[in-house]
Amino acid sequence: MTDKYVWGTIQFIGLVLAQVLVFNHLNILGSINPMIYILFFFWYPVQENRTVLIGLSFILGFSVDLFSDTMALHTAASLTTAFFRFPIMRFVFGVNMEFQNFRIANSTRVQQYSFLALLIVIHHLTFFGLEIFSLPNLLLILKRILFTGISTFVFGVLLISLFSGRKE
Amino acid sequence: MQRIINFILNNKNTLLYVLLFIISIFLTIQNSSYHQARYFNSANWLSGNIYGMNASVRGYFNLNEENQKLLEENQRLRSLLFNIDPRDTIEMDTASLTYEVFPARVVKNSYAEPDNYITLDRGSSDSIVQDMGVITSKGILGIVEKSSSGFSSVQSVLNSKSNINAKILHTDYFGSLKWDQEDYRVVQLEDIPRLDPAPMKVGDTIVTGAMSSIFPENIPIGTIDEIELNQAGSSYKINVHLFNDMTNLRYAYIIRNRKRPEVLNLEKEVANDR
Repeated sequence: MTDKYVWGTIQFIGLVLAQVLVFNHLNILGSINPMIYILFFFWYPVQENRTVLIGLSFILGFSVDLFSDTMALHTAASLTTAFFRFPIMRFVFGVNMEFQNFRIANSTRVQQYSFLALLIVIHHLTFFGLEIFSLPNLLLILKRILFTGISTFVFGVLLISLFSGRKE
Repeated sequence: MQRIINFILNNKNTLLYVLLFIISIFLTIQNSSYHQARYFNSANWLSGNIYGMNASVRGYFNLNEENQKLLEENQRLRSLLFNIDPRDTIEMDTASLTYEVFPARVVKNSYAEPDNYITLDRGSSDSIVQDMGVITSKGILGIVEKSSSGFSSVQSVLNSKSNINAKILHTDYFGSLKWDQEDYRVVQLEDIPRLDPAPMKVGDTIVTGAMSSIFPENIPIGTIDEIELNQAGSSYKINVHLFNDMTNLRYAYIIRNRKRPEVLNLEKEVANDR
């Protein structure tokens, strides 16, 4: 039981540090930084309390914000992702969710990746939707949503396959 | 009463989400004006120290390059020093100097965001406060926006809120330096009135102007890349290619103008008299 919380804490801190020390400085093609801390919502246990998840997502987003000087954009985006995580899981995994021993790791690849993709879509839409007020034109925002989304997805899939053994 | 409690319990997730979301929106909007400096920034103790550790590790990979930069700067300063008229006495009392310079290390830098901030490892305990200018050996970097005890957060020239007085070298035509958030190598100089013939050519140097009490005059900024007229045709909009490579910053100098309080006081009094 405690093992689970220890892993969760390490994962949380690890994701924040990886995000702010590595992925925020990648600047692929000049300005694209994948937001891999979204993986927290992918790895978070399915049966856990939703209220706790929303609270944790606030802390997660806020810690990333503290490091990135983005005020509370990451906080708002990660809150929204946490809120919509349950409906997305319903949509992707369907009836399987009802089983007590359901695990994301046991579902099909397609389901896993579409779950991740939907999390990224919700997150990036909120993040860049709020950033719209500080960006001069719409085209730039759409470009950033698209390219950042793709890069987050690619790095997300890589990291998921890298750590997939640990969850069993 | 029972119903209200039941309603709250049934919708606690939604309510919590809405509450926290409103808090985050509030924190974001607070950022909108320059003088309402942000409450939370990477100049706090925790992120400052983590970035500091990170920077001290990364620093080793650029030692050669940094030495080269220092050598070039020393060469430039020495050639300046050897060519000034020797005076009988050189003032040794630093208290009477107008500008004071503090060295600092860049612990965090960003250039790909729409609003960029730089974190330096000097803070209020080194008497760094808001509205001090920050430069490197090559040119200007930005203005200190907020400082904690050990770190300070600098509003980079690559920030939509940045507005710095600048002029064309060897003339007195000045305008304001802004950034259109597109290219991190190019900033825009606006509000230079239209004249015939134009007082500048592509390739001319842009330096800081004398109108600011933050930067000393004639600190290099960049060279002119492109000159165009604004929509009304009354003033120029000049694209300036920065001397500084904003993607690769390690060390910076913070400039303190000792006479700034006096200037501000005077300006305030005049404003009050009107």
